[in-house]
Amino acid sequence: MSTPAIEIEHLSKEYPYGFLNLKKKTSLEDLSMRVDTGEVFGFLGPNGAGKSTTIKLLMRLIFPDRGTARILGKSIDDVSMHRETGYLPEQPYFYDYLTAAELLDYFARFHGLTATDRQTRVQNMLKKVGLETAKKIQLRKYSKGMLQRVGLAQAILHGPQVVILDEPMSGLDPLGRREVRDIILELKKDGRTVLFSTHILSDAEMLCDRVGVIVGGILRGVGTPGEMVGIKTQGMEILFEVAEGKNPPLLARATRTGDCYRLQMPEEELYGAIEQLRAAGARILSVTQIKPTLEEFFMNLVEADRAQANAVEVSGT
Amino acid sequence: MKNVWTVAANTFREAVRDRVLYNLVFFALLMMGAAILVGQISIGIEESVIVSLGLTAISVIGLFIAVFIGVGLVSKEMDKRTLYALLAKPVQRWEFLLGKYCGLVMTLTVNTAAMAAGLYLALWTVKHTLEKSDVWILVAVYLILLKLALIVALALLFSCFTTPFLAILFTAGIYVAGLFAGDLRTMRAVDLSPATMNLLKGISYLLPNFENFNVMGAVAHGRAVSGALVEQATLYAVVYGAVVLAAAAAIFSRRNLK
Amino acid sequence: MKRSGIIEATLGVLLALGLAGVWQLQKKIDGQRQALQEERDELVLRSPKLIKRMSLEFAPLVGAMYWTRAVQYYGEKHRLQQRNLELLWPLLDITTTLDPNLIVAYRFGSTFLSDAPPRGAGDPEHAVELLRRGLQANPDYWRFYQDMGNVYYFDKKDYARAAEAFAEGAKNPQAAIWMKVMAAKIAADGESLETSYFLWRDIYQTAKEPQIKKNAELHLRLVKVDLDLRELNRLADEYERRTGRRATKMSELVQAGLLSQLPGDPDGYPYVLGEGGKAELNLNSPMLEEKLMNK
Repeated sequence: MSTPAIEIEHLSKEYPYGFLNLKKKTSLEDLSMRVDTGEVFGFLGPNGAGKSTTIKLLMRLIFPDRGTARILGKSIDDVSMHRETGYLPEQPYFYDYLTAAELLDYFARFHGLTATDRQTRVQNMLKKVGLETAKKIQLRKYSKGMLQRVGLAQAILHGPQVVILDEPMSGLDPLGRREVRDIILELKKDGRTVLFSTHILSDAEMLCDRVGVIVGGILRGVGTPGEMVGIKTQGMEILFEVAEGKNPPLLARATRTGDCYRLQMPEEELYGAIEQLRAAGARILSVTQIKPTLEEFFMNLVEADRAQANAVEVSGT
Repeated sequence: MKNVWTVAANTFREAVRDRVLYNLVFFALLMMGAAILVGQISIGIEESVIVSLGLTAISVIGLFIAVFIGVGLVSKEMDKRTLYALLAKPVQRWEFLLGKYCGLVMTLTVNTAAMAAGLYLALWTVKHTLEKSDVWILVAVYLILLKLALIVALALLFSCFTTPFLAILFTAGIYVAGLFAGDLRTMRAVDLSPATMNLLKGISYLLPNFENFNVMGAVAHGRAVSGALVEQATLYAVVYGAVVLAAAAAIFSRRNLK
Repeated sequence: MKRSGIIEATLGVLLALGLAGVWQLQKKIDGQRQALQEERDELVLRSPKLIKRMSLEFAPLVGAMYWTRAVQYYGEKHRLQQRNLELLWPLLDITTTLDPNLIVAYRFGSTFLSDAPPRGAGDPEHAVELLRRGLQANPDYWRFYQDMGNVYYFDKKDYARAAEAFAEGAKNPQAAIWMKVMAAKIAADGESLETSYFLWRDIYQTAKEPQIKKNAELHLRLVKVDLDLRELNRLADEYERRTGRRATKMSELVQAGLLSQLPGDPDGYPYVLGEGGKAELNLNSPMLEEKLMNK
């Protein structure tokens, strides 16, 4: 049983607010979690759930009120541990008077790499994240997506064992997101550990070995993506096209978007529907399971949360 | 220490690319030119005015840079979150702080040297020669630089625990208070109790005594500055600055970023 | 493209016209305000200590500003031939508090504070105070003793103190040798035309500040006239002794061989013998008015 890449034990963080900072808001409560070496772990939750707080605690940007954590066996208090970690901040912003190449070189210097090593790595990274043509342009002219890529590059340039990414997909177009996904998979192939936070389920589903769900500062559960959202299927959905003039009776129940129709039905009725459409000469584009979305999942959790809090208030305990 | 140098060099690079600094130095050089004109008006004290005005310009411009950019060194990085990625590297917070400090002091040194060159040029334009007594101007500039270095340290300290606006206010406030520290010590007020007098005296010793670095009166009239004064002022700036920076590092090391 | 060029040119012309208009307006406003201008001068801040505190570290520069103001104040008053120099001492007080090493301020002050109106403020007390302050900050500058000696000799007529000042200044190894000599002469003889002439001449020769030099020149001319008249009277008395009667014309003295040529005053106008055979200035000479004004 090798040391887990990341171990979090009873991590808690409160923020004072209000008049004279007397009131306290709990942003993280008693979080205990484990990320194994070589796995891709998704940290899921709605905005403000505590994902960023956890990650900032790990990177020692903020300090915990209680609890400890270790990365690769070293306490998070140990700055030398950062040699083996790469971090992409949420909505990154870098020194706008530097170019991408200069920024990467600047950060690389803290890792004690030789000049030639730095140069090679910087060039490779720029190519990898698709910024080679823009490398001499000052960062103040970069779009959000480009900044995101620079952020990713500086996080992995030194070849860290553990890569921690805070909302890596935000601000990227579908092509950019695909590239990030590819990079994460590549890191996994190299045997590195990746922890990233997101609120987009589909990304987590595609990439993660396991996910942890956090709502309201409390960890609700850890498991594979499928386990989390529930196996139970709510039905099936058919996406199809039909020629003008042909009007299968099902059409009435279908919703139309552009040239396509969407029809939802219980699982048992699936084959009947397909037959009807085939008879009408419709062209079936896809058949998918209807699963509860992550939004609904979170909504339920948040509702339950709120109901509990109200109950507590009413009962006065 | 290598990390300190890395941060310092980058801070210097940032200053070089910041057009504001060029404008300030250009303005200072303009003042040197104005000094020549002003000197024409003042009867019998042309050189003295050029030196006074020149040293004033260097001091004031330097002050602006030290306070405003000094406060921004850390607060700008915290506001804009450029700090986040940096602190995730294997670098200590105090190394970052010290690096920023050294970077700005290096910038100030270069700027001050440029302005001093301008002052000498103005003097030469009027006198068509430079005398041995003019070397004391360099000593005055050096002392001004020491003063600025101390102010940067104070600006850094305040910016570590208050908002930028308040940090600027506090730094400016301590600068003025520090100028009067000497007066506070020699003040004689009849209606204060001995305890209060002692308290005020104590405060006057703890405040940064910026008058230690002011030799404009002597240098404007070509008089010498004692080597002992220069030595002691240097030591004062180093010790006081170290204390302030240590406090800043301690505070910053435990600060939660947003 | 041509159209935007025309618009730009028009804007440029309008701008220039606007500025010209502003210029003219300002001239008119200045004219209006001059009529309103009060006669009295104002020195809003009087306390030297307060001004020094307000100057933070830049006292010498502010001192230079007040010095310039003092010189302009004096120059303006002198030009308008006004006698009231009440602001001169406060201005110099502030100047020297801000910059105790501004030598020229002390010298200027000692001359024009102590000298009687219309040349100065007629305030020798403050002149002495100024010089004492100057000596405190610049103990090596022996000429302050010279200036102090002049103040005591010319304006306070205190010959004992004058001699003391010259003697004190002579102690400085860099001091001119005549300081010691003068100390002895004044202690022995008090006021004399020769002494006065010598003292003013040294100032005239060594002062760099043009106002001071001009003032010394004025005094020098007056004393020269007195010296000349005294000499001429002596010659007239000699003539009377020889001939038994009083000469009535200068030419008679020349004929008697007592003068080599007709003597003229510093402006070149010939001296005349007036009532009772006493030497006098020529009625046409501007020196007459100068003498009357400066008594």
